Amino acid sequence: MSTVVLLVITGLGLGALYFLVASGLSLIYGLMGVLNFAHGAFLTISAFLGWEAGRRVSDGTWWGLAVSALVGMAVGALVAALTEYFLIRRLYERHIEQALVTVGLSLAAVALFEGIWGTDPIYTAKPEWLTETTEILGARIPNDRFLLIACALVVLGGIVLFLHRTRYGLIIRAGVENRQMVSALGIDVRRSFTLVFAIGGAAAGLGGVLASVYYGYVSAHLGSVLLIFAFIVTVIGGLGSLTGAAVASVLVAVLQQFANFYLGGTGDLVVVVALAVVLLIRPRGLMGKVA
Amino acid sequence: MTSDHAMLALEGIGLRIGGARILEGVSLEVPAGQMLGVIGPNGAGKTTLFNVVSGVVRPTAGRVVLDGVDVTREPVHRRATAGLGRTFQTSSLFPELSVLENVRLAAQARLGGATSLVRIPRAGDAATTRALDCLEEVGLAHRADAEASGLAHGEKRKVEIAMLLAQDPKAILLDEPMAGVASGDVPAITEVIRRLHRGGRTVLMVEHHMEVVLGLVDRVAVMHHGELLAVDTPEAVMANPTVQSAYLGEAM
Repeated sequence: MSTVVLLVITGLGLGALYFLVASGLSLIYGLMGVLNFAHGAFLTISAFLGWEAGRRVSDGTWWGLAVSALVGMAVGALVAALTEYFLIRRLYERHIEQALVTVGLSLAAVALFEGIWGTDPIYTAKPEWLTETTEILGARIPNDRFLLIACALVVLGGIVLFLHRTRYGLIIRAGVENRQMVSALGIDVRRSFTLVFAIGGAAAGLGGVLASVYYGYVSAHLGSVLLIFAFIVTVIGGLGSLTGAAVASVLVAVLQQFANFYLGGTGDLVVVVALAVVLLIRPRGLMGKVA
Repeated sequence: MTSDHAMLALEGIGLRIGGARILEGVSLEVPAGQMLGVIGPNGAGKTTLFNVVSGVVRPTAGRVVLDGVDVTREPVHRRATAGLGRTFQTSSLFPELSVLENVRLAAQARLGGATSLVRIPRAGDAATTRALDCLEEVGLAHRADAEASGLAHGEKRKVEIAMLLAQDPKAILLDEPMAGVASGDVPAITEVIRRLHRGGRTVLMVEHHMEVVLGLVDRVAVMHHGELLAVDTPEAVMANPTVQSAYLGEAM
């Protein structure tokens, strides 16, 4: 029983990380049809700069972590908005060029980060409470899992409120469904593209800082690994569906934990098989729209 | 309400894609307040012409002049704010939004502040009130909270008209407003189109339903193979032998 509890909660924590990356991917694809392979780079740069800022202010304390998170979100939002504005904007509806540019950007970013911060992981300090465990139903749960889950829930709630309760949110929801008609009503839908990139970048930036807490280090490859799973999550959840991304994040991460424990470390394989099964049985994903 | 002042003028519109000639030398003036029907066989270029007028497609020759202003190089959203509204043949709705949200988006665009980051729409705000008024006008206020995808076909067309009322354009392009509409609903939708036209709006309408076209419009433009064959009153157009042969084949 305690093992199951541990695996579920750890899975939820990992799922929270996946969601922070996948939420942006899904919104960006939903509104603009862009598969953003540079999203992992947004996460990594935020993790590095967040860590640099946090350790200078107060290393290994809550205050330092808060600074890291804020800086990470700001960096993620800014880098994503700039990427949209200077690169992607010219390439709408040109899917191959988009893929080439975003893949190229992510490869160049990894090389750049390795040049600045080296190829080895840099171990990070965190507040003492996050290094401890809490006992739930006999399972000793690392406390950082709770932080990840709480942050993902706040981000999910924030994005949902924004989409459903603001005027701009209405434009974005409408744009996901029928971009052409939003323009025909006299609204410059392109302005919302930059905003959606910034929101996705901020979520990924927070994800980067939290990933460094979860793994205990920052490295130039932090974003690459998470991006692969975030893409799988996005496809399983249904491209363009935020709720789908949230549900699929949890499913994939929990499944991964259980397979790693009970099926001899086959978590990654099981996730890829799950992706194949979903694509065969329900190609639009769990909650995706019919194309 | 018709006056001599041209609300919409097309000057020598041509469109070539690759080597194919899609539109050729289309020139047309629509006076303010007039309702013009655009007819022609499938593939004649009617919808493409609407796409050129609304800015979805840029022509390779000619000018589009809206209310005296050359808008040929303006993007879709700027033509819309300049007073051009349109519907699309397939659907102009946002299926997963509520009926009210569909119309409120149009009202937001019209009233300004549509892209405000912080402004929260609430029950009594101007955009919502305007949207409800427009729904009332097409007789759909009771469906305000329904999801648009759940509406019957005729109701969807009415929501599109309500969106146009909320947007309040000077000129309107309707692309087959009767497509897919059950024959029982035709009179009701004809009536809301008439209401849209009232108040001096200029309307261009592509429609295959000839009874509707002939009952509503002031003039008819006939297209064939990307060219304009004739522009005249409905009676004169129907009596025109060139039009008859284009429509019904050489045997006529």
